Amino acid sequence: MSPPLLGVEEEGIQSNVTLLGSSGSMESVCQNSAELKERNYMGLSDCSSVDSSVFSPPSEERKASLNLKATELRLGLPGLQSPERNPELCLLSSSQLDEKPLFPLHPSSDGHCFASQKNVVSGNKRGFSDAMDGFSEGKFLSDSKVDVMLSPRPSSNFGAQPMKAKEITSQNVVHDRPHAADKTRPNPNASANNNSGAPANKAQVVGWPPIRSFRKNSLASASKNTDEVDGKAGPGALFVKVSMDGAPYLRKVDLKNYTKYQELSSALEKMFSCFTIGQYGSHGTSSRELLSESKLKDLLHGSEYVLTYEDKDGDWMLVGDVPWE
Amino acid sequence: MNYFPDEVLEHVFDFITSHKDRNSVSLVCKSWHKIERYSRQRVFIGNCYSISPERLIARFPGLKSLTLKGKPHFADFNLVPHDWGGFVYPWIKALAKSRIGLEELRLKRMVVSDESLELLSKSFVNFKSLVLVSCEGFTTDGLAAIAANCRFLRELDLQENEVDDHRGHWLSCFPESCTSLISLNFACLRGEVNLGALERLVSRSPNLKSLRLNRAVPLDTLQKLLMRAPQLVDLGIGSYVHDPFSEVYNKLKIAIQRCKSIRSLSGFLEVAPHCMSAIYPICGNLTFLNLSYAPGLHGNKLMKLIQHCRKLQRLWILDCIGDKGLGVVALTCKELQELRVFPSDPFGAGNAAVTEEGLVLVSAGCPKLNSLLYFCQQMTNAALITVAKNCPNFIRFRLCILDPIKPDPVTNQPLDEGFGAIVQSCKGLKRLSLSGLLTDQVFLYIGMYAEQLEMLSIAFAADSDKGMLYVLNGCKKLRKLEIRDCPFGDAALLEDVGKYETMRSLWMSSCEVTLGGCKSVAEKMPSLNVEIIDECEQMEFNLDDKQKVDKMYLYRTLVGHRKDAPEYVSIL
Repeated sequence: MSPPLLGVEEEGIQSNVTLLGSSGSMESVCQNSAELKERNYMGLSDCSSVDSSVFSPPSEERKASLNLKATELRLGLPGLQSPERNPELCLLSSSQLDEKPLFPLHPSSDGHCFASQKNVVSGNKRGFSDAMDGFSEGKFLSDSKVDVMLSPRPSSNFGAQPMKAKEITSQNVVHDRPHAADKTRPNPNASANNNSGAPANKAQVVGWPPIRSFRKNSLASASKNTDEVDGKAGPGALFVKVSMDGAPYLRKVDLKNYTKYQELSSALEKMFSCFTIGQYGSHGTSSRELLSESKLKDLLHGSEYVLTYEDKDGDWMLVGDVPWE
Repeated sequence: MNYFPDEVLEHVFDFITSHKDRNSVSLVCKSWHKIERYSRQRVFIGNCYSISPERLIARFPGLKSLTLKGKPHFADFNLVPHDWGGFVYPWIKALAKSRIGLEELRLKRMVVSDESLELLSKSFVNFKSLVLVSCEGFTTDGLAAIAANCRFLRELDLQENEVDDHRGHWLSCFPESCTSLISLNFACLRGEVNLGALERLVSRSPNLKSLRLNRAVPLDTLQKLLMRAPQLVDLGIGSYVHDPFSEVYNKLKIAIQRCKSIRSLSGFLEVAPHCMSAIYPICGNLTFLNLSYAPGLHGNKLMKLIQHCRKLQRLWILDCIGDKGLGVVALTCKELQELRVFPSDPFGAGNAAVTEEGLVLVSAGCPKLNSLLYFCQQMTNAALITVAKNCPNFIRFRLCILDPIKPDPVTNQPLDEGFGAIVQSCKGLKRLSLSGLLTDQVFLYIGMYAEQLEMLSIAFAADSDKGMLYVLNGCKKLRKLEIRDCPFGDAALLEDVGKYETMRSLWMSSCEVTLGGCKSVAEKMPSLNVEIIDECEQMEFNLDDKQKVDKMYLYRTLVGHRKDAPEYVSIL
């Protein structure tokens, strides 16, 4: 029985050998898969490409691609001048980032420098890795207990913090965006391909990590409402907008700087003193001589100015009723 | 085949429900096409600009349920400017004018105005179901119109929409006569709701099976709602903050215990973690748990909760669960099929949370895993190879390393081999998202092995055009390809323009394709719309064909150029 079997096997082997032989330079795996693909071709696809031409031997491909790496085409991200860019970033981070009107994602304004040198494998991604370093510096969460959504929202039950609904924390990197305003922002990475050398003060990369904005915004506002016990009480600042009737512009104060209403009140008085100078001066005295704190206080208290705030329900409340904490 | 009278064939076709199958049926012959078209009730349109409402209405006069998708996927990540398109109003207007008895409308990534909602609510007597996912452009006034006018409304499901909340009288707009609600999901709304109206609504909805509340619904209301709706199958908790020694908490415990049918739990938009024990009684039956909006829940409390969920099939969680927590999942949730781990701190300094270790643990403990979305700090080739071995059944595999070009931290190599192992092992893979440091090699593997791949997302990868070519040539079933920040240029784009007609769409942003290349595609393929999105309006000043295009979105269409494109979009 065995000889015929042997014979059959031999034939089988031979045919295999033949097959391998005919595949020429292609690895058999490739060949088979390419053939399989042809057979499974459903016909719905109009793809007219010739498959096998692409499947040049992978090993050769690898070699070729290795060589190509040295001469590869690099993206126009401002990564090629990475070392030079860093000082720019540092400069920008300390002074200019706050003023960026276009980007709702503000890095922290307390002078964190973005750029830390990082070894990158390929040049066309260098820009991004520097950008990501910038991210790692910024703190996502603040310890503010106050609801900061730009559209009014119920804030959490935590603490009695009936402060204005318009507060913004500078520490908050992921800023919830007003729905309309965000969209008009031009894509900073649009310039990536223009080789304009637009430096990475646009250090954040749009759309990365790929999370839906809704989710990002929700987490951002949720984080504002979490307990300080979390241990995420960082050096956040709690900035509040203050407006005075008749003043041409508003001011912002950091509530963290004060421990009681009295301090806040005096600070505000100082801040808004300039607006009353005119009034005072009209009484015929030199503002410089007579501008003492107490006199100002009298002026401010004597006038109709009282401190009020708008709470989460949209009601105007008199400052001082609720304990400071 | 034509030996049967039409009615018989129609009856047979009733059993064919999948869109793909019905599409195939309609291609068999003219009479089948005709029968199929008159009997078709559900239509899915993956790109609202691929066809016009008029043609839809003409072909399917019996239409009852329409699903529409608008903006390209990358719009979710702010890569598509605000008013790019995807307006639903023309569709509703056309349908309203026709004699179509629309009953269900499901929209994703579309712009929905209050006007359209109002028109919708008034035009279709039997309208039953509205599902909006990731949409925008409407306010609670639009919802009020739906509530007020759709007398037989069964489903109002709002998922992750940007809604301008005018503070909630919309719930009160459901008339007293409305008792048909089966599903109500308003978790994404940010404003207050009229709690009394909500309670009354739930009381008079005996068929209510799915209820997802928003953050403004406090615990005592939740307790009352659960008492009135113990038949719930799907519950989304809004606020879960209370004192564990309070009366309310005790009542809640009783109420929850009555809800023996709950299989799906989500929300916890506000949570006090020390009170989770009230939930334990229903955990044992849960098949879906979504805690991805509950950053307040982590550590031991979270792990303890998960340990009760032995039947879980789908888990959506934040990365504050940590690798250790994922280990608990691996030990407990043996039926797990889908895992999504979202970043709790997307721009954070490595505070999170999960690495390749967690994923390996889950893959070892949960052999039924077939769908993954995983945001992590780092990934290694070894881990991916192990995962591929443990779980060969992946249908969806989306990996997002927070630093998108990070190599394997152990070997400092690109992640080509790891992803290669995934595509080789998972023969049924339909959707893949890549990240990490990647060269052309990974695309060679994808082209070779990912035979069932339908959707591929690439970012910050590859070395040359070869990468894109491998994919276009190899993946026969590819329908959607989205690429950002890769060095793919005209050579890759133009290699096989016919391929794009077999796909739904191609997105390329911050790549190396030029205006000339795009024009060339447009010229050769009149059945494609090739859109150039240029917010900085550089194209206007410099019409040089050699100029690189920032964002290109092309898609097949039967109706030519769309008329509603904003100024910064040029259709070539």
